[in-house]
Amino acid sequence: MHKSPLHDIHIEQGAKLIDFAGWHMPVHYRGINEEHVHTRTKCSIFDVSHMGRIRIQGTGAQPFLQHICTRDLDDTQVGQNKYSHICNEQGGVIDDVIVGRYKKHWYVVCNASNRESVLEWMNRHCESHAVKIVDETFETAMLAIQGPKAIGFVEDAFGLDIKSLKRYWALTGSYFGMQYTIARSGYTGEDGVEAIVPASAVGLLVPLLLGGADREDNVCMLAGLAARDTLRLEAGMPLYGHELSLEWDSLTAGQGWCVDLSKDFIGAAALREIKAGQPTQKLVGLELDGKRIAREGYPILKDSRPAGKITSGTMSPTLGKSIAMGFVETEFSEPGTELEIDLGRKTNPARVVPLPFYKRPKSN
Amino acid sequence: MSVPNDRKYADSHEWFKLEGDVVTIGITQFAADELTDITYVDLPTVGGKVDAGKELGEIESVKATSELYTVVAGEVVEINEELGDAPELVNDDPFSRGWMVKLKTSDVSPFDKLMDAATYEKHCATQT
Repeated sequence: MHKSPLHDIHIEQGAKLIDFAGWHMPVHYRGINEEHVHTRTKCSIFDVSHMGRIRIQGTGAQPFLQHICTRDLDDTQVGQNKYSHICNEQGGVIDDVIVGRYKKHWYVVCNASNRESVLEWMNRHCESHAVKIVDETFETAMLAIQGPKAIGFVEDAFGLDIKSLKRYWALTGSYFGMQYTIARSGYTGEDGVEAIVPASAVGLLVPLLLGGADREDNVCMLAGLAARDTLRLEAGMPLYGHELSLEWDSLTAGQGWCVDLSKDFIGAAALREIKAGQPTQKLVGLELDGKRIAREGYPILKDSRPAGKITSGTMSPTLGKSIAMGFVETEFSEPGTELEIDLGRKTNPARVVPLPFYKRPKSN
Repeated sequence: MSVPNDRKYADSHEWFKLEGDVVTIGITQFAADELTDITYVDLPTVGGKVDAGKELGEIESVKATSELYTVVAGEVVEINEELGDAPELVNDDPFSRGWMVKLKTSDVSPFDKLMDAATYEKHCATQT
């Protein structure tokens, strides 16, 4: 089992640790709901060191990534990151990733559960490209600092101008000798950053950010993977293994915005065909009446007949409603469509609602 | 972990506290911690009858849906109405304010098969 470089700090902070994609990671510290609300109102630090971090070097890096990514990367500028899918020849999603361009290299951040398959896929398709693929997952750590107070907090802590950084753009630099990359991105529906720092430095950095025992305002606290999941679900963001998988293509999963069919890439032909034929199913947001939770795999019914399947569900701490995502037959995917969720012993009324469930208030 | 001595425990992590012919039922701190944040508790109707070994209700948490079982048969005489608005009481105070159901029973013999606090603590230690 892999350990995050913050493992000892997690234990010291009272985390409950679980096995997540082969990593011993904190699921929560003080309570999922509390950590969720703290992120929506103040700011939280999430240890996301389990995610894969892959450096792509060499003159062939750009054409290589253009070949395996669904997103058009040719106009990517130095310092810019883009969300993309990596698909197989059938359009099935191997992973969803963040691809960034830096001065002398490119960088790919992938899901922990897919790091090995992404590396294998890259190594299998890089032969005709002059690239060197370096897995930096274990020598680096990654933090997500998220919430309405996150930008000001990070600016104070590092003395950086983050406010003028555009969404998904990144800064690189050195802080007391510690190399960092800070991107204005995240997976919570809040403003915030994701920072990559050396594994050897993160154990000093996090206590510094938390401020130790003498910091009483508690603006910034640690939050675990469970709150990260409920936050991303409210924000309508897909999670690999739930809304994204080899089983569904990027278009059916509602992520057509990150697929550029005017360029050539692995899976493009299949995706063009799917687009021409209209997907038979669609990923939708659902709101349930009452307080029951629709779990992954629960059948979605229309007039008692099978109409789809739940991929994720939770009781939304922000909205106080039972929310879910799932694939339904296209004819039942319009917002307002009344459906039922099969809970096993009984069915529960639900309706299709637009995604996301939660959108952060516009700040100045 | 402190497990109260004034009641008995099932291996499915419910506690049963007998006072006269009324049994109060809830889940243990261990169970609450394992379930993570509890969002809803579906409890039976007062006046309803339930058989021993049967399901009394369902507990929704962020992590999972799980069942609440009773080892004794009886009539539901009271449910914890407070959990309707504050299911988090089960996480915060499972042995007291987070109680779930009170059953009036005429047969307490199933109590003999339940664990005392010390045995239950050992049972939990094998599950972590």
